[in-house]
Amino acid sequence: MIPILELILLVIFMLLPVVLADYLTVFVTRVLIFALLAISFDLVWGYAGIMSFGQALFFGTAGYTVALLARDLQITSIFIVIPLSIFIGLGLSFLLASFLLLGRYAPTTIFVALGTLTGSYAADRLARGWYYLGGQNGIPSIPSMTAGSYEFTEGPVFYYLAFATLVLVYLLCRFLVRSQFGLALAGMREQESRILFFGYRVQHLKAMVFSLSGAIAGLAGGLYAFHEGFVWPNVLGVVLSTQIVLYALFGGVGTLIGAVIGVIAIETVSFWLADNYQDIWPILLGLLLLLVILFRPSGLISLIVSERERIGRFGRPGESSDHGRQGDNCAAA
Amino acid sequence: MPLLEVNGVTKVFGRLTALNGVDLTVGEGEFHGLIGPNGSGKSTLMKCIAGAEQPTQGTIRFAGQDISSAPPQERARAGLSLKFQITSVLPSLTVYDNVLLALQAQNRISDLILSRTRRPLAHKVMSMLERFRLAERADEPAAALSHGQMQWLEIAMALALQPRLLLLDEPTAGMSLEERRVTGELLTPIKQQCSLIIVEHDLDFIRDFCDVLTVLDQGMVLESGTVDHIQNSRKVQEVYLTRV
Repeated sequence: MIPILELILLVIFMLLPVVLADYLTVFVTRVLIFALLAISFDLVWGYAGIMSFGQALFFGTAGYTVALLARDLQITSIFIVIPLSIFIGLGLSFLLASFLLLGRYAPTTIFVALGTLTGSYAADRLARGWYYLGGQNGIPSIPSMTAGSYEFTEGPVFYYLAFATLVLVYLLCRFLVRSQFGLALAGMREQESRILFFGYRVQHLKAMVFSLSGAIAGLAGGLYAFHEGFVWPNVLGVVLSTQIVLYALFGGVGTLIGAVIGVIAIETVSFWLADNYQDIWPILLGLLLLLVILFRPSGLISLIVSERERIGRFGRPGESSDHGRQGDNCAAA
Repeated sequence: MPLLEVNGVTKVFGRLTALNGVDLTVGEGEFHGLIGPNGSGKSTLMKCIAGAEQPTQGTIRFAGQDISSAPPQERARAGLSLKFQITSVLPSLTVYDNVLLALQAQNRISDLILSRTRRPLAHKVMSMLERFRLAERADEPAAALSHGQMQWLEIAMALALQPRLLLLDEPTAGMSLEERRVTGELLTPIKQQCSLIIVEHDLDFIRDFCDVLTVLDQGMVLESGTVDHIQNSRKVQEVYLTRV
């Protein structure tokens, strides 16, 4: 079922700019960028069991960094700002992982959650109080990202850039979580204390996944800054960090595609509600989120994908399975 | 040089002294039985050796190295493998994946990411499952196994690590008589592969394949020696007659 879902979404998103009005293409581009963020969270929580409440820290820091480069040094080349965004996310998350995850003994979930949350909150407060970063107003009017003389302005071209990035990142993560490394992650998620006794260096695995996830969040932050043309403290803060957690929980963690579905569902419903119920839409959205979390704790994906398929099989080569290799040749979205 | 040397190990939990100056030596290829009444400290000693608990005092040397404060993963990498008293297979994963997870534990991370050992290990996984009579259930979730089969799966996982010293904590707990008999058959050939410390209540079960028995009582070594010596020990008989 998962490969079918992936294929359907791939085709739909490939064709969307053809049928959508420009303002909707801009909206869906933002959804694609948030989908990158949701995948970054699914990787750490859904696969590695690390409750990161600070994904916005990596997203926002990368966004602010490329915004400053563009504003102060006029560096807007995609070949510099995108790799730099990834590097900022990777470096910062590795630094945080060194404090939170690489101790002698495995940290508790709540310790990591509070540690990442604190990082996100502190960065938000710092940005609000720092004049150079624009304070409460952030950095507006960021110049467009460029490739030579070409400018990536919002619209279909930026859409396909974000789409291609999402597909690439999705395929990379998909490859990773279905590999033998993914089996180690599944073991860690199921019973971390048990696999220590097999000799797995659990903290190293966690730090790796956490850093990779930070790199993906950083990449999303770089794209977001140039797509929106501005960054402000909220892109670093607790509200966005929580929103990312909700995306993944709403769609369903541990499948990658569930996180993407979560973003699409929440953003689309928010968009529609905000259009039609301007005063009470946040209340309606909150109720909907509560209903799904209460009655479908495994997320929307559990309505159509069995638990067996979500957990999957990893090992047995040369045999089709319900997760491990089934659909390896299918494209993903 | 002995493979394992436990010297004066004491473990205190609050006011309770679970182990009190325990000495234990296990040689290469030796099968060592650990017996004693409930609460005598057998499982605590196994946990101290495997790294699940840190001794309050004393040292543990394995293959010449002091591992007293080493974390469990480093002890596993040095060649120590523990099967817990309570079965702790990974229930959502398939039986096959449980064994693969153990077999691939010490592969390089780059090999895991590129799944380089998926095919080379397939034969080993299946032969391990065949040996423990689980091959036909390879693709089922481990949660679907009977209690006895879960115990076998866990022994298979512990052995898959190719340990130098295998620690089995009550491998037949909760098994039927037939399952215990089969477990005995499955354990005997292990002697060709590694040393063993086995915790077991049933003396009849381990009599045939243990070289040395150590009896613990109230956290201390009561007696240690051959099976015959232990069976004829007055001290041991007193403890078993009065407390078991």
